[in-house]
Amino acid sequence: MTETAQTASITLSVQNLSRCYGNQTVVHDVNLQLMQGEVLGLLGPNGAGKTTTMQMLTGNLAPSAGCIKVCGVDLFEKPRDAKAHLGYLPEIPPLYQEMTVDEFLRFVAKLHQLDSQKIPAALDSAKQRCGLQARGGHLINTLSKGYQQRVGIAQAIIHNPDIIILDEPTVGLDPNQIREIRELIRELGTSSSVILSTHILSEVESVCDRVNIMHHGHLVLDETLAGLKEKDKSLDTIFAQLTVNSA
Amino acid sequence: MRSLLLTAHSWGQSEMIFTIAYKELKVLFCSPLAWILLALIHLVLTWVFLGRLDAFLEIQPQLMQIANPPGITEIIITPVFAMAAIVLLMVTPLLTMRLVAEERRNHTWTLLISAPISITAIILGKFLALMVFFLVVICLILALCVSLLAGGTLDFGLLLSGAVGLFLLAACYAALGLYVSSLTAQPVIAAIGALGILLGFWIIDLIAGDIDGWIHYFSLLKHFEQFNYGLIDTLSMAYFILFVFTFLVLTIRRVDNERLRA
Repeated sequence: MTETAQTASITLSVQNLSRCYGNQTVVHDVNLQLMQGEVLGLLGPNGAGKTTTMQMLTGNLAPSAGCIKVCGVDLFEKPRDAKAHLGYLPEIPPLYQEMTVDEFLRFVAKLHQLDSQKIPAALDSAKQRCGLQARGGHLINTLSKGYQQRVGIAQAIIHNPDIIILDEPTVGLDPNQIREIRELIRELGTSSSVILSTHILSEVESVCDRVNIMHHGHLVLDETLAGLKEKDKSLDTIFAQLTVNSA
Repeated sequence: MRSLLLTAHSWGQSEMIFTIAYKELKVLFCSPLAWILLALIHLVLTWVFLGRLDAFLEIQPQLMQIANPPGITEIIITPVFAMAAIVLLMVTPLLTMRLVAEERRNHTWTLLISAPISITAIILGKFLALMVFFLVVICLILALCVSLLAGGTLDFGLLLSGAVGLFLLAACYAALGLYVSSLTAQPVIAAIGALGILLGFWIIDLIAGDIDGWIHYFSLLKHFEQFNYGLIDTLSMAYFILFVFTFLVLTIRRVDNERLRA
């Protein structure tokens, strides 16, 4: 897995993506490129357009303009082929409360058209990666917020997607769980590409390779964390510069 | 629209229809709702059934004197099926309300949209699950009717025609309810909306009984009556199938367009 990560290829390419709600442009001319084995942090203040962007990347929202290619497949021409490469955890985890964890994950695996022989193995590995081994038989509505969030992540990775899109994955978790989830994201980043939206700066510093900052629907920064370190700038000051002054 | 009906033919997608239908049935039968509704439907229908049976036993001596008397199928089963049509009209909104509206409210709709599955397959899967439920209801009604074999003979042709009619009628209710459910994120509103429209169709039926005009053709129950009298009419069949098709296409279009709207 790590060898393939080094021969970096572009998994997600987004060009001139825009989205308007009525007269208001929420996402403005966003360009993104994601390499294999890269963890991209999408930062921005509330209402910057992060969630809208992610909804467009996963085909939940049609953009007003622009082009999205997932592993070379156009999301609008062949939506189903493109979506097969994606795993998505929305802001609120999409869980069927009346199902058990196993039932739910099996359903998701079938939705992603995994072979029925491969499903038990995929189920085990997803549960193991998210620390859910002991919870397989539990009803989802009896789980705590943190465990529900883990089921949400398990749902996004069960089919081993090339691109994993996580919208604020650590919201509402306790410090231990946050650390575990961050480790998991790091691990996922070795084999797949990960996009992570958050407004916690330390989270980006600890797990991401590259950071993009959005403000008022514009992409105002696209820089690797190593690059930032070279310039001797802290993420904190850059974030404040870019998003407070122009407000 | 482009990816609408043609794409659902591919094997992968038809398999997806069953995946969705299986999940819907599982969720439905996990909750007490399905069981309570099944019990209530049968309580009402058995009550009508026993009432008609009593009436039949009372008038049986008079019937013996008529040259060509109506059989037990006409006297007992036809009213039971007519009642079943009304009971299903009341019950369907409760079953359809959750289908799309609740997925929206619980944010699980995102999961389905993000998965490699066409919207057509999602909607058809949900519709199929409802039809399986109705099939169970109709089989139970048939079992009730077949119990009459213990004391007489049945007109199986009439019974079958009534069952086919009831199935098609239920399909119409389901398609309409599914469409109303796709309009909102509130299950209760979806239920009330669907019930309102179905009651409207019932009123059309009542009006159609008084005057004999064009409105006759729009009444779901009037078309069902044809089946219930043992008449499998092509016009009624076409009306039912067109009705179902129209509302399924409307649902798919509505859900598909949602991504585009502001």
